[in-house]
Amino acid sequence: MSTATTSSPPPAPGADPIPGRIRAKGSPRPGTWISAVIVALLAAALLRFLVVNPVFDWTTVFTYLLDVKVIQGVGWTLLITAASMVLGTVVALTAAIMRRSSNPVLRGVSWAYIFVFRGTPVYTQLVFWGLFTVIVPKIALGVPFGPELFSFSTRDLFPALAGAIVGLGLNEGAYLAEIIRSGLNSVDRGQTEAAKALGMSDGRILRRIIVPQAMRVIIPPLGNETIGMLKTTSLVLAVPFTLDLTFATNAIANKLFTPVPLLIVAAFWYLAITSILMVGQHYLERYFGRGFDDRDTGPSAKRSRQAAVNSAGTTPKDTLPEVEL
Amino acid sequence: MTAPDAVPTRPLIEIESLHKAFGPVHVLKDNTLTVAEGEVCVLIGPSGSGKSTLLRCINQLEEPTAGRVRIDGVTQGYEEEPLADGRWQRLSPKQIAAQRSRVGMVFQRFNLFPHLTALGNVMEAPVQVLGRPKAEAEATARELLERVGLADRADHYPSELSGGQQQRVAIARALAIEPELMLFDEPTSALDPELVAEVLTVLKDLAQGGMTMVVVTHEMGFAREVADKVVFMADGEIVEQGAPEQIIDDPRSERLQSFLASVL
Repeated sequence: MSTATTSSPPPAPGADPIPGRIRAKGSPRPGTWISAVIVALLAAALLRFLVVNPVFDWTTVFTYLLDVKVIQGVGWTLLITAASMVLGTVVALTAAIMRRSSNPVLRGVSWAYIFVFRGTPVYTQLVFWGLFTVIVPKIALGVPFGPELFSFSTRDLFPALAGAIVGLGLNEGAYLAEIIRSGLNSVDRGQTEAAKALGMSDGRILRRIIVPQAMRVIIPPLGNETIGMLKTTSLVLAVPFTLDLTFATNAIANKLFTPVPLLIVAAFWYLAITSILMVGQHYLERYFGRGFDDRDTGPSAKRSRQAAVNSAGTTPKDTLPEVEL
Repeated sequence: MTAPDAVPTRPLIEIESLHKAFGPVHVLKDNTLTVAEGEVCVLIGPSGSGKSTLLRCINQLEEPTAGRVRIDGVTQGYEEEPLADGRWQRLSPKQIAAQRSRVGMVFQRFNLFPHLTALGNVMEAPVQVLGRPKAEAEATARELLERVGLADRADHYPSELSGGQQQRVAIARALAIEPELMLFDEPTSALDPELVAEVLTVLKDLAQGGMTMVVVTHEMGFAREVADKVVFMADGEIVEQGAPEQIIDDPRSERLQSFLASVL
């Protein structure tokens, strides 16, 4: 290479390319050490208390950790969590879209739903849904204020499980509606304009352009809500639904007169499920965050924007002479 | 004369006595403008003069308060004739979307869909609006990206592209609906100076390919070189229009003279 004549010779392999690198000595920080020792001692004391204190009765904990009733309880709790979150999300999306509608009736109904279901305790709502078959013994289809076409008894179609799912789902929907609405509002107005200019219909703009971008904003609080829901399922006793994890461990505890070990069993399972949900949330966030940050998946992974700009060849030397500016 | 210029040019965009008011603010006042097929019309003027609003009325991103816009002889947004009581029947959202899909638009801030790759952005309307099969839309989209010099950026997300590249993807996206005309709303105003040329080159290619274009811009060099007609707007009105050399080099009105003095 003849161009090397003007530059200094390359450094020898293994040599530090930066001359005179600073070798720094840290300033003394006694506070760091003192606070670490105090906190470590406190943590050790707590651990010892957990192991030594007979109330915790770890033998019972391990005996019942994988008990059939407990595992079934985990299954029911998961089922109720998943089903009520799905129901809540569908209801919430509908309510959020209605809130954005230009139709005042739709807006009003959506507002009233959120007002009532967010403003009353979930426990109260669950008791109400438990009494649903008493309040509404049969559902009939017919002309309003006119003859009845056909009817069925709610008792056959509305077991306690349905009460639990509907109760939790509708309550959750009111919260999620606000989360989804703020997500939809977070998408730049220019996105709608660009889609309109392409001739897309309002429905398609919502489905293809707005909702996928809103998901990025919606997923983190949705994950929180799911974890919250997992624990709220412990209230389904109010319906009463009696197969979930909390009820199962309570029943065993009452039989054995040992409340604490079974609380630990329940806590263990709630923690375990929460951990799994957190992993799921991480992947969902990554999926819906595509195109928004540099930690992307896919063919463009690990490319920073600046690297892309640099490699684009759009530097001044590339200016196109025929356009005089 | 037997020059090809003698072929009568068909008016593609006809704007008649157009007014636009946002509440009490009267931003467009009685504007009449015709753009012929294949013509490149450049709108210039100080900011707030109504250039962008006029442009946005052409593809109904704004509804005119008075007057009409016709594209290829078809009234935009309303039935051709008024109702018996003198009111105008508004078209359905579906009909309006169909009218919009014949007009391509490029925005100052690109407005690419950030959750889709460059290819996904260009394919979106052909698949979703025109109902093209995916494979066919992808082939066309790749051709369009190649045309704007971005064939190797097809799988990149907008956040991984420079401003100039994003704007070129946005042009490809607008072209993908096979528009009869293209609207450009200050396409280079959000770009770093060294990225402006790459976008203007694409615009120039389009103009040479015979595309009918209406361009709002502050790039006087571009206007002089590419425009068939330059329109100067101020305070919501068209003050002067004519060939670029006439408008830019021989301005009549004092307002145009002072505007040109400030931008040239």
